[in-house]
Amino acid sequence: MMGKKILTLLLLALLFSPFTTFASETVTEQTATDEASVKAGIKKYIAHHLEDSYDFSIWHAMGLEFPLPIILIDEGMHVFSSAKFHHGETVAESEGKFYKIYHAKIYRTDTEGTITIDPETNHPEQIKPWDFSITKNVVSIFLFGLLIFVLFTNVARSYGDTQIPNKLGRFLEPLVIFVRDDIAIPNIGEKNYRRYMGYILTVFFFIWFINLAGLTPLGINVTGNIAVTFALALITFLITQFTAKKSYWMHIFWNPSVPLFMRLPLAAIELLGVFIKPFSLMIRLYANMTAGHVVIMSLIGLLYIFNNWFARGAFLGLTLFLSIIELLVAFLQAYIFAMLTALYFGAAVEESDHH
Amino acid sequence: MEIPGIVGAGLIVIGVGMGIGRIGGSAMEGIARQPEAANKIQTAMIIAAALIEGIGFAALFAS
Repeated sequence: MMGKKILTLLLLALLFSPFTTFASETVTEQTATDEASVKAGIKKYIAHHLEDSYDFSIWHAMGLEFPLPIILIDEGMHVFSSAKFHHGETVAESEGKFYKIYHAKIYRTDTEGTITIDPETNHPEQIKPWDFSITKNVVSIFLFGLLIFVLFTNVARSYGDTQIPNKLGRFLEPLVIFVRDDIAIPNIGEKNYRRYMGYILTVFFFIWFINLAGLTPLGINVTGNIAVTFALALITFLITQFTAKKSYWMHIFWNPSVPLFMRLPLAAIELLGVFIKPFSLMIRLYANMTAGHVVIMSLIGLLYIFNNWFARGAFLGLTLFLSIIELLVAFLQAYIFAMLTALYFGAAVEESDHH
Repeated sequence: MEIPGIVGAGLIVIGVGMGIGRIGGSAMEGIARQPEAANKIQTAMIIAAALIEGIGFAALFAS
């Protein structure tokens, strides 16, 4: 029994060790032995990983890179491949207009690609066109959205007229039941939970899958992007407000269970709370995932700063340990997001019966 | 002398750590006393910890 457990742990460790070494591929290109330049390289590498990018680079050294389409709206639509930018090093020309990437954003410039910085705001003076590009994050969202769609429709179809799950259903059914019995029903209530199940399941599996994908050599960081978490929180916010019942609004603006003179100040606080709740959802997911990625990548970076095998071994072990912790965090963040979403839905549809 | 904002963030993180620690400790005690209520205690613990954690992140962003 014990031996089996240890074997599984070892197998898990083996599974994840290449991931961490994979992720370090660009740092090894830093041939400079100068400590300061190594540090600067690691900083640049981490910052680059956290940002969205215009091309999908899985393994730079092996040429596993794909240019992605750029879509700009700038006095008409401009569609071209991001290969024209050569990883942001050159100016791209499209129908008589010139564009340059500066700090992961596209600006309209001249043929030379000059970017002038406004000394007061520290931002470039050049015009930033409307950017609807299919970036790395957008591709990842499409890919994993499609994966989840195909996976779950297949599993749903595999049931046929039996109640017994088979193949993948055996793995996914307990999770769906877990979301229903431990997240939706306790927080929303037996009566109303069904109409919210679709959204809660979607948000749970989407966040979980995307979080896990962030730990693979794909090197994506979707839930660590505040625009993505903003969109997720916005959907929760809109569903909460538009499905709310009368008693939800009454408890916000004219709470019947507190003394009369407290109702007005409480209404102000409650109104603020309506916006703070989705805001905290957004910040929590974003900050947790960003922090996780930064910690793991900093530890990988430390491997290149220390020059003795003892410290390197220790940091390799620590990286492995934190990667496994991140596996837990990936699940926990999906769980908390779905749980708090269910909690807010529950508050919106709750019928008060204390009168 | 001006105190940098990161010091305040550090103070808040200490507070957040103590808060989450207390929640975890109390949940452990609760589970030890009533193992059959472990699921409910765990859920409540995670929600409370997540809410406190939000303040910690707000502090880190403000600094």
